[in-house]
Amino acid sequence: MTMAENSIYGLMAEYDNPDDLLHAAQGAYAAGYRKMDAYSPMPIHDLSESLGYDKHRVPFFVLLGGLLGACAGFGLQYWVSVIEYPLNIGGRPFLSWPMFIPVTFELGILFAAFGAMLSMFILNGLPQHYHPVFNVEAFESASSDGFFLCIEAEDPQFELSETRGFLEGLHATKVVEVES
Amino acid sequence: MASPAPIQEDPTAPAPVLGPGQTYTTITQKISSIITSRTTVGWIVAVALALGLMQCFLLGVTWLLIKGVGIWGLNIPVGWGWAIINFVWWIGIGHAGTLISAILLLMRQDWRNSINRFAEAMTIFAVICAMQFPLFHTGRPWVAAYWLLPYPNSMGVWPQFRSPLIWDVFAVSTYFTVSLLFWYLGLIPDFATLRDKAKKKISRMIYGVLAVGWRGSAKHWHNYEMASLLLAGISTPLVLSVHSIVSFDFSVGLVPGWHATIFPPYFVAGAVFAGFAMVLTLGLPIRAIYGLHDFITDRHLNNMSKVMLATGLVVAYGYGMEQFFAWYSASPYEGYMMQNRMHGPYQFEYWSLILCNVIVPQFLWIKSVRLNPYALFVVSMFINVGMWLERFMIVVTSLHRDYMPSSWDMYHSTLGDWLLYAGTIGIFLLGMFLFIRVMPVINMVEIRLLVPRKGHGKKPDHDASTEVSAE
Amino acid sequence: MSSMTRTAHKDGLELAVIQERLSGKDGQDYWRSLNELADTEEFQEYVHREFPEGASELSDGLGRRKFIQLMGASLAFAGLTACTRQPKELIVPYVRAPELMVPGKPLYFASAISQGGFARGVLVESHMGRPTKIEGNPSHPSNPREGAKFGPTDIFTQATILDLYDPDRTQVPIWNAKPSTWTRFRGSLATEMAKLDLDQGAGLRLLTETVTSPTLAAQIQDLLKKYPKAMWHQYEPNGRDNVRAGAQMAFGEVVETQYDFGKAKRVLSLDSDFTAVGSASVRYAGQFAEGRRIEDGQKNEMNRLYVVESVPSNTGAVADHRLPLKGSQIDGVARAIAQALGINAGGGNTYGHDVWVNALVKDLKAHQGESLVIVGDHQSPSVHALAHAINHTLGNVGKTVKHTAAVEASPVDHQASLNGLVSDMSAGTVSLLVMVGGNPVYNTPSDIDFKNALKKVPTTIHLGQALNETSQLCNWHLPESHALEAWSDARAFDGTVSIVQPLIEPLYSAQSAHEVLAMMLGDGRQGYAIVKEYWQAQRGGATFDNDWQTWLHDGLIPNTALAAKSVRLKGNYGSPVSSLDGLEVAFRLDPTIGDGRYANNGWLQELPKPNTRLTWDNAALLSPATAEKLGVKDDDVIDVAVNGHSVALPVWRMPGLPADTVTVHLGYGRTVAGRVGNGVGVNAYALQTSNALWQAQEASVSKTGQTYKLACTQDHWYMEGRGLVRTGTLEDYTHHPHMIHEMGHVPGEDANFFNGIHTSEEGHAWGMTIDLNACNGCNACTVACQSENNIPVVGKEQVLNGREMHWIRIDRYFKGSLENPELYNQPVPCMQCENAPCEVVCPVGATTHSAEGLNDMAYNRCVGTRYCSNNCPYKVRRFNFLHYSDDHTESLKLGRNPNVTVRGRGVMEKCTYCTQRISAARITAKVGGQELKDGDITTACQGVCPTNAITFGDINDPNSNVSKLKKQNRNYGLITELNTRPRTTYLARLTNPNSEIAQHG
Repeated sequence: MTMAENSIYGLMAEYDNPDDLLHAAQGAYAAGYRKMDAYSPMPIHDLSESLGYDKHRVPFFVLLGGLLGACAGFGLQYWVSVIEYPLNIGGRPFLSWPMFIPVTFELGILFAAFGAMLSMFILNGLPQHYHPVFNVEAFESASSDGFFLCIEAEDPQFELSETRGFLEGLHATKVVEVES
Repeated sequence: MASPAPIQEDPTAPAPVLGPGQTYTTITQKISSIITSRTTVGWIVAVALALGLMQCFLLGVTWLLIKGVGIWGLNIPVGWGWAIINFVWWIGIGHAGTLISAILLLMRQDWRNSINRFAEAMTIFAVICAMQFPLFHTGRPWVAAYWLLPYPNSMGVWPQFRSPLIWDVFAVSTYFTVSLLFWYLGLIPDFATLRDKAKKKISRMIYGVLAVGWRGSAKHWHNYEMASLLLAGISTPLVLSVHSIVSFDFSVGLVPGWHATIFPPYFVAGAVFAGFAMVLTLGLPIRAIYGLHDFITDRHLNNMSKVMLATGLVVAYGYGMEQFFAWYSASPYEGYMMQNRMHGPYQFEYWSLILCNVIVPQFLWIKSVRLNPYALFVVSMFINVGMWLERFMIVVTSLHRDYMPSSWDMYHSTLGDWLLYAGTIGIFLLGMFLFIRVMPVINMVEIRLLVPRKGHGKKPDHDASTEVSAE
Repeated sequence: MSSMTRTAHKDGLELAVIQERLSGKDGQDYWRSLNELADTEEFQEYVHREFPEGASELSDGLGRRKFIQLMGASLAFAGLTACTRQPKELIVPYVRAPELMVPGKPLYFASAISQGGFARGVLVESHMGRPTKIEGNPSHPSNPREGAKFGPTDIFTQATILDLYDPDRTQVPIWNAKPSTWTRFRGSLATEMAKLDLDQGAGLRLLTETVTSPTLAAQIQDLLKKYPKAMWHQYEPNGRDNVRAGAQMAFGEVVETQYDFGKAKRVLSLDSDFTAVGSASVRYAGQFAEGRRIEDGQKNEMNRLYVVESVPSNTGAVADHRLPLKGSQIDGVARAIAQALGINAGGGNTYGHDVWVNALVKDLKAHQGESLVIVGDHQSPSVHALAHAINHTLGNVGKTVKHTAAVEASPVDHQASLNGLVSDMSAGTVSLLVMVGGNPVYNTPSDIDFKNALKKVPTTIHLGQALNETSQLCNWHLPESHALEAWSDARAFDGTVSIVQPLIEPLYSAQSAHEVLAMMLGDGRQGYAIVKEYWQAQRGGATFDNDWQTWLHDGLIPNTALAAKSVRLKGNYGSPVSSLDGLEVAFRLDPTIGDGRYANNGWLQELPKPNTRLTWDNAALLSPATAEKLGVKDDDVIDVAVNGHSVALPVWRMPGLPADTVTVHLGYGRTVAGRVGNGVGVNAYALQTSNALWQAQEASVSKTGQTYKLACTQDHWYMEGRGLVRTGTLEDYTHHPHMIHEMGHVPGEDANFFNGIHTSEEGHAWGMTIDLNACNGCNACTVACQSENNIPVVGKEQVLNGREMHWIRIDRYFKGSLENPELYNQPVPCMQCENAPCEVVCPVGATTHSAEGLNDMAYNRCVGTRYCSNNCPYKVRRFNFLHYSDDHTESLKLGRNPNVTVRGRGVMEKCTYCTQRISAARITAKVGGQELKDGDITTACQGVCPTNAITFGDINDPNSNVSKLKKQNRNYGLITELNTRPRTTYLARLTNPNSEIAQHG
């Protein structure tokens, strides 16, 4: 490890279309690189998987939220209408369960939606006010038409000149250092 | 920038959903230019008009809060009037947005990509307008808000959960929240684009905050796609439930003309019908003004017309069923209700409704009509009016002559009614105009997905990977 | 004082000054000084200046705001009225002595309210010294009810409570349109009377309305004794002249005729609305309904009523056979009937209704001694005479008909009396005219120019509760105390005397007729002394003081009813009336505002008129056929012309009205009535002439092209084949007892999706039945409910919008031909459904079910979604679309029922079965340590119903009246197929038609 290496976050290679990026990512993973990430203006199928990031955790939170909401909804109505303040409403029984379904359902949906949104934010570590990749001049095209692969310095295999050569090998149009 | 391979024409293929020659670069430039370009005089005039309309709302509400709902045409037996009509009308309009962004997403209808953003915006503003009416239709919003929400209080009194109006409160607020979340989720990457495209520091800051540090990493996309897929998944039953619950407001009641099991499907179909009409009413001018013909193509017009035609037929079936039940139930009340609709004092409203919602949409069988923006615009206007009349028929015509002939009476709309209605139209338009100006009208990410990729021109991106891994 | 006065006079009297003047005074002293103060001129001027001018349109927000300020300004005055005390003299409460007065617990005092001079016995409910409601006195002959807490009564008697608190009442004596004082009046009166002493009062004229008060009569006699040349005139436009003339014609003397409908199996009404109009209408309606009551197994026969009438009336609505004829044709029919009975009555004419008349005559003959013929006040004397003859011939006299000496102190012909007065006035022979009540400038036929005659009289004095068209033209207008503020006495229809006792000190500086006459006689006695001393003289004796107490307690003086009087027919029946073709105008007093005296009474203005259901206006009523012939429809304004006079009236079509008859109601078009009654409707007296008071032939009608919106509470005529009012003939019913049930469907227990909560299982379960066989649509229940439950008056605009607030309404339906339909009246309060549809849809639980099965409303919980009303199949819920209840008029606050919440804007309200009365009874029972008994609770509508049509009680108690009635085969519910399980049910209406009259009618 040299001083230079400590001062940088990693190496960023730019590609001019999704397929090259995907190809490069798969190549890098095959070469044993692990600490890396790819950037694109739109989702590219299989890209995250080819980087070894293939777990789906969002669905669990959605299910959890949904169940919580539904229980909360029905529980609220049951408690209010049967326990806390039972009233004779038009001769209907205190537990008129069919009439409690809509609220139960709506609250389930609401909590599930929160589950999806929040888990996405948390798992992606958003909101995030700073990230080294933004130091790269060209990176601003990552949100319109640029495709990037960045291998991070922390990767045990990372070695500045080697890695640079490796990336250029995977037809990158340009490879730059990313200051941390 | 490598320009994509040319699209080879295939006569059998449907019209393209993306104009030829569009690249990632051109898409981004074209769409974000609507925002980054200078404010036009036309836009300022439009906003001024919308603001003017909105004043009617302020006026109407002030008057209402001072005097009470007596300023409307309400009476006994017609306890509900324009407030509820407009509420249902707006909610219905909102539904198209969710339908396009959720249901069509699940169905992998890629043609939706260019209209969903703007349809979702429409949903948000329509629901905002809709929510005004339940809030104000008691004439005392302070107590309404105070008693309708469930919260622990010293009196130990709670809402009455058997009432469809309480279901409404939950359904509509959930619907609004979820739509907002879904909409924002879709906007995050586009905000990132705008952040990076922004020239001024201030706009860079604002879009930066809105983009919450999005950098389009593979991991981001990984969770992002799953989240939006699931949101779409839960929005679908939600949107269906919301209008079903709105229809319960009526079908749970025992008023002849309300108490019908057909209502939920009939209302949902009506909502989609009305929603698509409104999408076209707004979309066609925007497409013309901002020259978005490459994004909102003939194929879109064609498909939307087909959806309208289909849902329109369901609505027509609903009207037919009401007639059938009136006869089949052999209930004198139902029978009289139907006679009264067709030959009673409100027959004009009924027959105009049939004209607008049943007869006019039949022109959509003709392809040339489906592809002609002007014709479509006229048809969609008819439908907007027709769907309002439908709610008038359901609310007023049913109530004004129900069980006790001794209590029958007429409903006459008043200035108060008009002010609030015109006012919400103002709010809606204002919202839309501001939206057009500060947010990408079209979802850039999803449009990018439509750009043909190396080797497999027309095919959408979803199965690209197989090709890649095959190499 | 005087210096004060002067200082105050400089810069007008301001509130500050009043307060300063009152500072340091308290208790009695405070009152006295405030009274003194109230008697000083500046104060009068001040109050006068501020007060009545503030009186502007109720509905007009600005006017009201101004009015608040003014009320605020005259607060000192309100102070006088707001906190009241018991009168100085001892008055005796009906049930408890005043020292037992408990806040929230009302006391009831017996008294009497007079209409057209005749007393109705009343019980006045008083909260902490404030009268709040008028009920009938059950032991009084004019409105008896065996063993009941309250007696029945009518709309006018009940509504007088609102007149008491009318903010437009005159508050101080007015001299030439300037406020003055009683002191000044006494002064100027003394000088006037002194002048009269010179020529035995030759220039003195006294004009009163009908007088039955023995005390007042005696005072008048004294006056006439003191001034032999003075003259006493009477005028009241209520058509009793014909009755008197009829008796005169038949018997050669004026007699009072009383009827006993209880004994009458066959009744013929010749244009008489005896169930709703007249000094004994409440009694008669009750007796008649009794005669129609059917109880399965107990009583299965009923009387039969034939009605020949020129205007559909409450009585016509309950007839078994109704024959609509022009007023001028009734004479012919009467003669035909008389002829058929062997009375030599001259040429009769049945106008092609021979079948009808023959069947009728046959039926009457078959019921000699148990039949009865009664004639409307406005029918010609000869028809009255004929009726007397018929009753004599049928041997009804002494059985169902009774003659007595006249009840009135002086039964003169009012029209003649007035004509005499007017000619004297015009001749200038009248120097001092004293009017006790009345309004001859307004309520006289157009050919009598009282107004100009009045100008020729040097000094005119008018005593009246409020400024009116007449008093405004008089030199002196004196504020008259209300019947609930003053001592007096009056006779009922049968002569029974009631002592009128005050429940409250006069709200304003007012005096009674007795006191004004005393002033004229130069004795300064107050009402109490005058009345008590008179009766001491009449029935003095050792026990007098006890008797007096008993009289006050009971509300009547025993054995004062007049004895039967035998009379002999003279055989004179006048000459036949020839009924001409073409239009004919029928004049009637308005069914809700009378001859115009109730024009400023909001309750009565807004009360839907029987059969037409019109409010706030009078109209030219036409039969649909006639309207079509004339090419006019509802709301078209037409010119009605007769005898060279014409007025423009809006048209209203009335099925069942005889062809070619234009019915016009008098009493509207007041110009000086007050904030409520000014400029409402059209003055029809302008069309009336003294030679054709009640029927005017050869009328003509012309379109004006204008229209005028009439506010009707029920536009729809028919039931649309729905089993709302279920009817059948007695015969069919006895053969198929279940016919009524078969007219509808009641779902069984299995119709419930849930096994829900049943309030009807243990404890009390309140329920009600309404007997449609008894109800004649008299509206008494509606007014009672309005009074009991602080129901606001909303005004014509709101009624036009369909926003009237009555908790119990009378639904009216027509069945059959438009020429002669059957008329149905159906009172509709809340049904208190066990499966209440309204409750389920309320999002905030503002309307819920009580353990005793009441459908409760929590006003402060209601947010006003109006969903409950939409979902109420009976449409009995009422909504405060605007802020209807008047929070600003001080005097009105006094009259409210303190046990019922006054509702604000945006709140739903409805019939509660008078839940406040239920709680009160429950508490009393608890305190007394007993169970609630049947009859402990009387709802407001039930209490006042003249025909006992409404029964309320515990349906869990098998022995309660209501349970028994609900077991009747006539019992049915409204729209029960919806499984609402209403607690209010109806007893079907049965008719007893004469089989010989083929086509009904």
